[in-house]
Amino acid sequence: MLEIRNLVVDIDDKRILNGLNLTVNKGEVAAIMGPNGSGKSTLSYVISGKEDYTVVDGEILLDGENILELDPAERAALGVFLAFQYPLEIPGVGTMTFLKAVMNAQRKARGEAELTTPDLMRRVREAAEELSINQEMLKRPLNFGFSGGEKKRMEILQMALLEPKLCILDETDSGLDIDALKIVADGVNALRSPDRSFLVITHYQRLLDYIVPDTVHVMANGRIVRTGGKELALELEANGYADYRQQAAE
Amino acid sequence: MGADVKPLRTAAEAALIARFQAAANSLPGDSATGRRRTEAFDRFEKTGLPTRRIEEFHYTDLRALLRDAPEPAARPDAAVAATVLAHNAAFPAPLAIPSLDFVNGYLVSQPPAIAGVDIVALDAALAAGDALTGRIGALELAQDNPMLALNTAFMAEGAIVRVSKEAGDAGLQLRFANAADAPFSSAPRVLVIVDDGASLDLIETHAGASGLAYQVNAVVEIIAGDGARVNHTRINAEGDAAQAVSTLSVSLGADVRFSSFGLTTGPAMSRHQIFLGCAGEGADITIGGATMLRGRQFADTTLTLDHAVPNCNSRELFKTVLDDESTGVFQGKIIVRQHAQKTDGRMMSAALLLAENATMNNKPELEIFADDVQCAHGATCGQLDDDLLFYLMARGLPRKQAEALMVEAFLGEPLEFVAREDVRDNLVALVEGWLAARG
Repeated sequence: MLEIRNLVVDIDDKRILNGLNLTVNKGEVAAIMGPNGSGKSTLSYVISGKEDYTVVDGEILLDGENILELDPAERAALGVFLAFQYPLEIPGVGTMTFLKAVMNAQRKARGEAELTTPDLMRRVREAAEELSINQEMLKRPLNFGFSGGEKKRMEILQMALLEPKLCILDETDSGLDIDALKIVADGVNALRSPDRSFLVITHYQRLLDYIVPDTVHVMANGRIVRTGGKELALELEANGYADYRQQAAE
Repeated sequence: MGADVKPLRTAAEAALIARFQAAANSLPGDSATGRRRTEAFDRFEKTGLPTRRIEEFHYTDLRALLRDAPEPAARPDAAVAATVLAHNAAFPAPLAIPSLDFVNGYLVSQPPAIAGVDIVALDAALAAGDALTGRIGALELAQDNPMLALNTAFMAEGAIVRVSKEAGDAGLQLRFANAADAPFSSAPRVLVIVDDGASLDLIETHAGASGLAYQVNAVVEIIAGDGARVNHTRINAEGDAAQAVSTLSVSLGADVRFSSFGLTTGPAMSRHQIFLGCAGEGADITIGGATMLRGRQFADTTLTLDHAVPNCNSRELFKTVLDDESTGVFQGKIIVRQHAQKTDGRMMSAALLLAENATMNNKPELEIFADDVQCAHGATCGQLDDDLLFYLMARGLPRKQAEALMVEAFLGEPLEFVAREDVRDNLVALVEGWLAARG
């Protein structure tokens, strides 16, 4: 599904990713853990196609196709979805209007017929119910005046509606209380399928109690320095990242 | 600087002077009206077409912009008028609201029959010495404006509308359409009197043929009595070669709820001047604007709001989107007189620049002479937010579509000032049309 080879990325001449290699198989839930500043968020942005970064070397292959030349919208149409750490507010654009625009834009890019309004409404309503998103929220401008938890739920709602192949969750647990975290995790778990892969980026092990990963990768100084099973997350929780900071610096 | 220095006249000014001298005696009205015309023309003549030297015209040099003063068009016959109106509608979806129609500045429709609303043609009212004509040009605040004075000097075509309380929630459209074989000028004038406790939705649209260099100097005056409610919407979708100067002059009584929203998108050059005076306490005022410019368009919105009495609230929000090499101007002045305590006034102008060579000039001003007031103003100028653009594109919206959504979001706030859904839907369609044309 996702294969990253020797990825080297700079921002403003500062090296952030330094020869990163990572493979996520079809249907796999891979967690990326690491200390602040290790390049986790950069990785999520570079996979999604944000422009601020300079890719110096390497490849990102999605189902064998290098996606580095594609813009974010083209990558989204191929099935890449990034759930933002800080979802943005769009005052003046109703949530339903937004959802209709993005769903149909992706369908159009894939050569599929656009959804009719009743069909769209039904899909949104069903998915929203699963995530405890009420009709009132859907009527408001997107993320405008939403609480942190509401914004994260709205990200997962979009993920559910867009049916991506590769879901990247960037610190989705940040700013969530335990109840909100459970709702979000349930939403993610409901989307797990043999055809869909997840890259779950988190600083803390807590999220992984609820979204149990198949693999855990430790990132430090712009590369993956260790890979293991879900027990690796518990080890990190117990011992912290100090060892890895040192190891990467050597 | 001697008072005896005679300013050089431009071709346009010389033509206007000659035209006034030739027409003064044939313009409608009694001798008192004649005197008003002469006084008004004298005021105009003193400055001529305003230049940058006049502070209110610092960014908009009308003497340089209005190089000639084309003759008024001939009065169109009914068939021509119908064709022009049919082909120059500002709104994509027609409104089910009675209208007064103007073609090339001439009133061409019979006043609609609306219970509780009296409408007379301006020239007839002036010729008959109708008492209501005495209320034309009553707002002191606007007196010295040369373009308003010029309109007053020549006023003939237009209407006087009086809305009584018996009308209930009345609605009226003023539809101005322009098209002719050759450039022309027009100077329509409409006075709208909303009686104490009366209510009016007034929708004013201006549209015109593209490629035709016509000039408009239009004036709408609104006088709202105590406890009246007025929702005014103005659309400037004049033709792309038109030069359109317009004045909205508003006098408010006590406890009036007044809102005005203006969308400007059409003409090569526009200058919209709003003068608003509060004469009674307790007025609630909302003034909004959305301007969308491209190519080498130039649009100026200049607002003067006079809080002359205590306890009035005002909110002003203007948004301008500029593409290509267009230029926008916003000047907003809020005056709070010494005894106008407890005034609450907030003004904001925000511009979104879509291209490197677009220019926005923002000049918000507060003149506060009272000490117990809350007033604020702000002006911003920015580009599309890269992070938001990335967010939208990461959801699958192609760049142009993502940008369009962001522009719509930017303009969305002042559009909310428009209470009528049928009007707002039309405004949204105009915004979407403008964005679609961006490609």
